[in-house]
Amino acid sequence: MSAIIEEHHHDDHHHGPAKGLMRWVFTTNHKDIGTLYLWFSFAMFLLGGTFALVIRAELFQPGLQLIDPAFFNQMTTMHGLIMVFGAVMPAFVGLANWLVPMMIGAPDMALPRMNNYSFWILPFAFTMLASTMLMEGGGPNFGWTFYAPLSTDYAPPSVTFFIFAVHLMGISSIMGSINVVVTILNLRAPGMTLMQMPLFVWTWLITAYLLIAVMPVLAGVVTMMLMDIHFGTAFFNAGGGGDPVLFQHVFWFFGHPEVYIMILPAFGVVSAIIPTFARKRLFGYASMVYATSSIAFLSFIVWAHHMFTVGMPLAGELYFMYATMLIAVPTGVKVFNWIATMWQGSMSFETPMLFAIAFVILFTIGGLSGLMLSIAPADFQYQDTYFVVAHFHYVLVPGSIFSIMAAVYYWLPKWTGNMYDETLGKTHFWLSFVGVNVTFFPQHFTGLAGMPRRIPDYALQFADYNMVSSVGAFLFGFSQLLFLFIVIKCIRTGKKATAQVWEGAHGLEWTIPSPAPYHTFSHPDQVDLKEAHG
Amino acid sequence: MKASNPKSRMVLKLVLVTFGMFGFGFALVPLYTVFCELTGLNGKTGGQYTQTATSSVDRDRTVTVQFITNNNADMSWEFRPQVRSIKVHPGEMNTTSFYVRNPTGSAITAQAVPSVTPFRAATYLHKTECFCFEQQQLAGGESLDMPLRFIVDRDVPAEIETLTLSYTLFDITEQTLDQPAVAAE
Repeated sequence: MSAIIEEHHHDDHHHGPAKGLMRWVFTTNHKDIGTLYLWFSFAMFLLGGTFALVIRAELFQPGLQLIDPAFFNQMTTMHGLIMVFGAVMPAFVGLANWLVPMMIGAPDMALPRMNNYSFWILPFAFTMLASTMLMEGGGPNFGWTFYAPLSTDYAPPSVTFFIFAVHLMGISSIMGSINVVVTILNLRAPGMTLMQMPLFVWTWLITAYLLIAVMPVLAGVVTMMLMDIHFGTAFFNAGGGGDPVLFQHVFWFFGHPEVYIMILPAFGVVSAIIPTFARKRLFGYASMVYATSSIAFLSFIVWAHHMFTVGMPLAGELYFMYATMLIAVPTGVKVFNWIATMWQGSMSFETPMLFAIAFVILFTIGGLSGLMLSIAPADFQYQDTYFVVAHFHYVLVPGSIFSIMAAVYYWLPKWTGNMYDETLGKTHFWLSFVGVNVTFFPQHFTGLAGMPRRIPDYALQFADYNMVSSVGAFLFGFSQLLFLFIVIKCIRTGKKATAQVWEGAHGLEWTIPSPAPYHTFSHPDQVDLKEAHG
Repeated sequence: MKASNPKSRMVLKLVLVTFGMFGFGFALVPLYTVFCELTGLNGKTGGQYTQTATSSVDRDRTVTVQFITNNNADMSWEFRPQVRSIKVHPGEMNTTSFYVRNPTGSAITAQAVPSVTPFRAATYLHKTECFCFEQQQLAGGESLDMPLRFIVDRDVPAEIETLTLSYTLFDITEQTLDQPAVAAE
């Protein structure tokens, strides 16, 4: 199907995009679809962020002030689900859509029509998910990890809609990933080898394989839940011969690779930005590729470190502990490579570089608290405390989300043809940087002192740190409106961007004019392979 | 679309992987059960044990077996072991029993689920007769003594001096409504 459509595509639409709203509904253009993904993910980011602010407002002081505990549980659950599946993942898919074809010199994604479907499933999936909050009994309230039997025997009736929404998101992700893999493996410009691809393309290729491998397992586990709830099976019901611990194993078999799905493309983004602003080639390109592959492989064999306290034999605890610690090795290789890239570079600190450097520092902090959590005996103390919350927010917010923001600032001039406002960009960075640290750093302390996660009220000794944390959260949350303003301003006005945009930028996407024409690299001879890998 | 097109072949392969992994998710269920039964991880005890040969009893060793009972959420029965703890010799056949009473006014069907701690002892506890092998149904107000016959294996590691057998009682009335109820013995 797609192969033929793609051939005709360029002859039919030489004149550029269709007019009106239907352009966005029917579009098969990778740039349009990338834009749709990015706006969708930003909308979800604001929605999930609003839920986070409801949580932080309630936790501003001890005691129950604003919302009742049942609603609080829905807030923690929906915040997690929306941020993971609605904000971070679609944002990276959006970046892949925009950038992968331009980076490998391809005219479009390999399967443009499927690309359109995989985006347009998402608004329906998330409308359904969000609508559960208006249903009788409320929305999902069992945590984003939806452990059975909380999500089966004790779930609100709306759980069926949750399950269907997860199925839809899964189908969307799988279609998107198949598209990415086929594009990268089949549509590279003639002569471009795999080891000539920019790291963003490499990390997305590996991420896409991870998605194809684990999203079906997620679909399987929610299908088992559905059958337990409606068809009388007992996969997770001990009374009927099943086992609730089995749920956790199957879930985390999906869940741990999922964590890397949300961070590997971030590695790719940072590996593109740091060389540009250090005006040096990326240090250790090949080792970056091997490190990414090793991380992806290790992600499949460490899942039970999320469940050290379920009651595992000593051998299991030790195995999962050592295997988890092993991940620090390839990750360390990456961090050292980024630092070595900056070493003796001629650095300048534009907004994307600020976000990228903050990424390296803060992601490393998050990685090191992860290493602490991987120590099985210590984990018995940390399990389900705010220390875990601090850990994964450090890798996800100043990790994944900072990298997405860095990417937006870095490629925005290429997308819109205008430079963004550098002063406002830097203001946004510093507000976000301070906000993130004020929010999440104190949570390490409350966690080590024993404050459990997912609670609407807490003991008095945690009051001060929680107040600080809430202030930081509101600072971070509202500074994202500035981000929205900067992006809109950049779309409408701004200094005209050159084709190369950044002095030190290399890669095929910088060889085409800014803004990127609606159709690029329609003919292979437009590709200058010397520029290929950044 | 020709199947010889490299792009279509790639798509086909990836779709197959997708379905394969969906199937693998379900395959994890029996794999997990088999794995737990073979290794005794998770405290899972095996099914009904048939003594193959009259093995000799190791009179020199004594192992304490403790019994614990729990009710799962919403389970209204009284459920307790008749004896909290017994000392047994490895290889010896032991009998004990558990008391249950349905204090409510209506019939309830129950299923007991066993678990052994420490986990590595699970494979050395053989049950020749256990109420956990079947479901129990009690009319309102009815009570019952449920028997358990077990052998602690002669090969039980020396460092295991105490092992705990725990039963959790689940109310499975709803799941069994459409099936013929298993009568209590």
